[in-house]
Amino acid sequence: MWATFFTKSDYVAIVPEILLVIFGLAILVLDFALFRDKRDKFWNAIFALAGVGFAAWQLLRLWGARAGQPAYSGFEHRLAVDGFSMFLQLLILAATGLVILVSMRYLDIEEVHLGEYYALLLFAAIGMMFMAAGTDLIVLFIALELMALCEYILTGFLRGSRRSNEAAMKFFLLGAFSSGLLLYGMSLLYGISGSTKIGVITMALENRPAGDPLSWVAMVTLLAGLLFKVAAVPFHQWTPDAYEGAPTSITAFISVAPKVASFAILVRLMLGGLRPMHVEWQVLLVGVAIATMTVGNLAAITQTNIKRFFGYSTISHVGYLLLGLIAAADGNSDGLTAVVIYLLVYAFMNLGAFAIIILMRRKNMVGDDLDDLSGLMARAPGCAVLMLIFLLSLAGIPPTAGFIGKYYIFLSLIETGHYYLAVLGVAYAVVALYYYFRIVVVMFMKKAPDSEPLATSPGLALALGVTVVMTLAVGIYPQPFIVMAQEAVRPFFM
Amino acid sequence: MQFFHDHILTVILFTPLLGMFILLFIPGENKSAVRWWGNIAMFVSFLVSVPLVFRFTSEAPDQQFKFIEQYNWIPSIGAQYHLGIDGFSFLLIMLTTVLGYLAVLSSWSSIRERAKEYYAMFLLLQVGMLGVFMSLDFFLFYVFWEVMLVPMYFIIGVWGGPRKLYAAIKFFLYTLAGSVLMLLGILTLYFRYHTDTGVYTFNYLDLMKHAHSWPLTMQIWVFIAFAIGFAIKVPMFPFHTWLPDAHVEAPTAGSVILAGVLLKMGTYGFIRFSLPLLPQASADPTVVKWMVYLSIVAIIYGALVSMMQKDMKKLIAYSSVSHLGFCTLGIFALNPHGLSGSIIQQINHGISTGALFLIVGLIYERRHTREIKELGGLSNVMPVYATLFMIVMLSSIGLPLLNGFIGEFTILQGAFEANWHWAAWAVAGIVLGAAYMLWLYQRTMFGKCENPKNQVLKDLNLREIMTLAPLIVCAFWIGLYPKPFFKVLEKPVNAIVTQVNPNFFAPPGQPKPMAISLGEGAPQKSAEPLEILQMGVPKEKH
Repeated sequence: MWATFFTKSDYVAIVPEILLVIFGLAILVLDFALFRDKRDKFWNAIFALAGVGFAAWQLLRLWGARAGQPAYSGFEHRLAVDGFSMFLQLLILAATGLVILVSMRYLDIEEVHLGEYYALLLFAAIGMMFMAAGTDLIVLFIALELMALCEYILTGFLRGSRRSNEAAMKFFLLGAFSSGLLLYGMSLLYGISGSTKIGVITMALENRPAGDPLSWVAMVTLLAGLLFKVAAVPFHQWTPDAYEGAPTSITAFISVAPKVASFAILVRLMLGGLRPMHVEWQVLLVGVAIATMTVGNLAAITQTNIKRFFGYSTISHVGYLLLGLIAAADGNSDGLTAVVIYLLVYAFMNLGAFAIIILMRRKNMVGDDLDDLSGLMARAPGCAVLMLIFLLSLAGIPPTAGFIGKYYIFLSLIETGHYYLAVLGVAYAVVALYYYFRIVVVMFMKKAPDSEPLATSPGLALALGVTVVMTLAVGIYPQPFIVMAQEAVRPFFM
Repeated sequence: MQFFHDHILTVILFTPLLGMFILLFIPGENKSAVRWWGNIAMFVSFLVSVPLVFRFTSEAPDQQFKFIEQYNWIPSIGAQYHLGIDGFSFLLIMLTTVLGYLAVLSSWSSIRERAKEYYAMFLLLQVGMLGVFMSLDFFLFYVFWEVMLVPMYFIIGVWGGPRKLYAAIKFFLYTLAGSVLMLLGILTLYFRYHTDTGVYTFNYLDLMKHAHSWPLTMQIWVFIAFAIGFAIKVPMFPFHTWLPDAHVEAPTAGSVILAGVLLKMGTYGFIRFSLPLLPQASADPTVVKWMVYLSIVAIIYGALVSMMQKDMKKLIAYSSVSHLGFCTLGIFALNPHGLSGSIIQQINHGISTGALFLIVGLIYERRHTREIKELGGLSNVMPVYATLFMIVMLSSIGLPLLNGFIGEFTILQGAFEANWHWAAWAVAGIVLGAAYMLWLYQRTMFGKCENPKNQVLKDLNLREIMTLAPLIVCAFWIGLYPKPFFKVLEKPVNAIVTQVNPNFFAPPGQPKPMAISLGEGAPQKSAEPLEILQMGVPKEKH
């Protein structure tokens, strides 16, 4: 019966997601049936990793099969299988896999090693993958909510901790509010076009008169909802609180993967559906980007809790990403390439930094204060040097990946003539160096407060290895990654 | 061997990096092994650069850049791994490898804590500095320019004095602020070149060929972006405040490298990039006026502030501001004498000020103070030290027969040809320079040695003499026989002057041989001093 609606190739297009669903559900059952003992819980993680691995394998096969062909639009133009979606989906899977790797030991120490954790991570990943691929408002919204609900639960996963509960509550309330805004924008777009498909919306908007108030309201509410998800100012207030309260592994997760997915929607809607209104939303984004960089960078200077610190640092990175989108609004493919490369770079360097922070969480130490990193160089020189590399990358110093990301952003701004934004961007890069080096000072030039060994584990070591290799590889030889990113943005600039 | 022969620049560039990687495998507790390896690695890095000296004049004599290596690196943005050197970068590379080794040698006994990291940082720093002087690709240049900040930050921040953290981050932030603006300037040129030719490239040689077609307004803006980046590094007058802090707090070897090599990157940037790539902007009368005024202010201000210092290291730091003022003055005289004098003076400053910092370091290691009033009458206790100090001090003042004289004289010659007022002001700086250095020497070395702590000081040992000896030999060499240096510089300097000041040389069609070495006559079209004196006004070049 389904065959009358959807063809087989539609299902082939979502095999990775289907695999994740199967593995996620299997974990829920197996955790209950087989892995009841505390010592067996790590099998859940292995299963989750296997699920991510299989999904990535299928995705790569799909990528190989689709290479060089025009974008496939499945489920009657509700789902796009193009370079852009596959690149970001792969990135989401990589981020999820890395988060699973860094979680195992951490959850043991926090004594909340439960199977649901991994199942929820996989479900969030499914939502995010559909966010990257969806070209229909309903698909996008459901995917977004799937991701968001998993995030809320995971943020409050430390049931015994008041901070964690408070963070989840704040995150949930503000998130629900923003979803409402987003939905309002979407309903207006439906009213304008009579369809939920992005392609139809584009055509409908092109036929609206210039300065049409209705489409303007739709655009503003839609943008507000999405900017909340990416934590852009003035919709950023939840970020530091949620980051601080959430389990550190989840902080790592929500600082990376949902950003990738939310930017995917932002790009799809702004450069796809709302492209006819690019002059209007570009103006708004310029203001938002300036405010985001200002708040993120200036607030990060004074933070003493390292998770809050990274909350503000994320906000500042979002500001740079928005700069790339602003350049892309002028029809500049380098702007979008910059966004894609920056997401790639940001995912790895930020996860790497968080892996080090997770190392600090030991049995009798919370380890999320800046001073807990004191004397890391004397205690664990390897970890200190790795952290230095991640911080240099976050600050955008060559030859690390972060430089390539920032470089591409500035390149697109200069190319499109946004000189003032470029100057502002580089000025804030200097500020960013200052606060990232506060951590360096603590690590390299202060005495260690205790001699408690770090919470290392094979999973963490593997995650650190992957992230540092990527951070250096993209920095030293970015050519293949740039080519990949250029390939990924092609669908938007035909 | 063939690889070594064909890729000599790559070999020189990455030998310190290789040394650093090997160093990482030596256990940190074995301090003497770490120290030996640090010195050996640095010495080998110097040794591999020696063949350059023999091959430089014979290799490809008719090309501006030699030993070129060019490979694709990031084709999608047009960045290449593109190395090559001319006479100017050749001298700076030799200065870097020599000073790098001497700096490490000087830390033999003074660095006791975290020695492994210390040597690793110096080796990494060496890679960054050499890369800056070798890159002919703007992107590659920028990468090395920034890479070098990190090790210097750590050298100041970990092994520095009481206010090391402040000084280290100030150094980093100042330089970074300038260099990111420079990056925007680089990107502007990059896109302009693409608009004109349809090719994306960072290739210095290609950009330079196209430089004259760029509109003046754009050139001025890019010049400002570059100038801020380079001026902070030099440092020119209003941007100099990081320098005294960094110098005072840095360990001796850090100061030597900072003064000897790092500051030269600013002047190198002006000569290598600002002038040839932005010729109209660099020759614009307003720009020249401002750059020269700032240089003169730096010369006089630096000298006056030096005179008032109570701390020896701070005094030498401010004297660097003054000396570098001469270098920038020579650059913006925009004639062969000014430029070649400026380059020679950069080398001289590396030698003399490097040696002065070593000398201050030697006394600091013994007395743990740099206060001038704590010292005095040392010549009685440490005669060898006093003698070496005297030679170095005189070379810094610019006494004939020593290197400083050659550089300053040639710069003044160039400045005089451009505008005699400039030269007149700069001469005041020389007088002041002699005053503060001689006064420093008098207060520390002469008189009675009354402080009991000073009476027991040991004179220099062989290793310490060996650290200073090469610099003193170089000082005499340049002072007595500077011809080889000018010879090496002749081609690059003439090429840059031709690019930036095309009217300087004889009208096209009648090429006249240019002699820029001392005593072989001034260039044909240079202003005759008598005529200017009679008219009382500077002669216009254009």
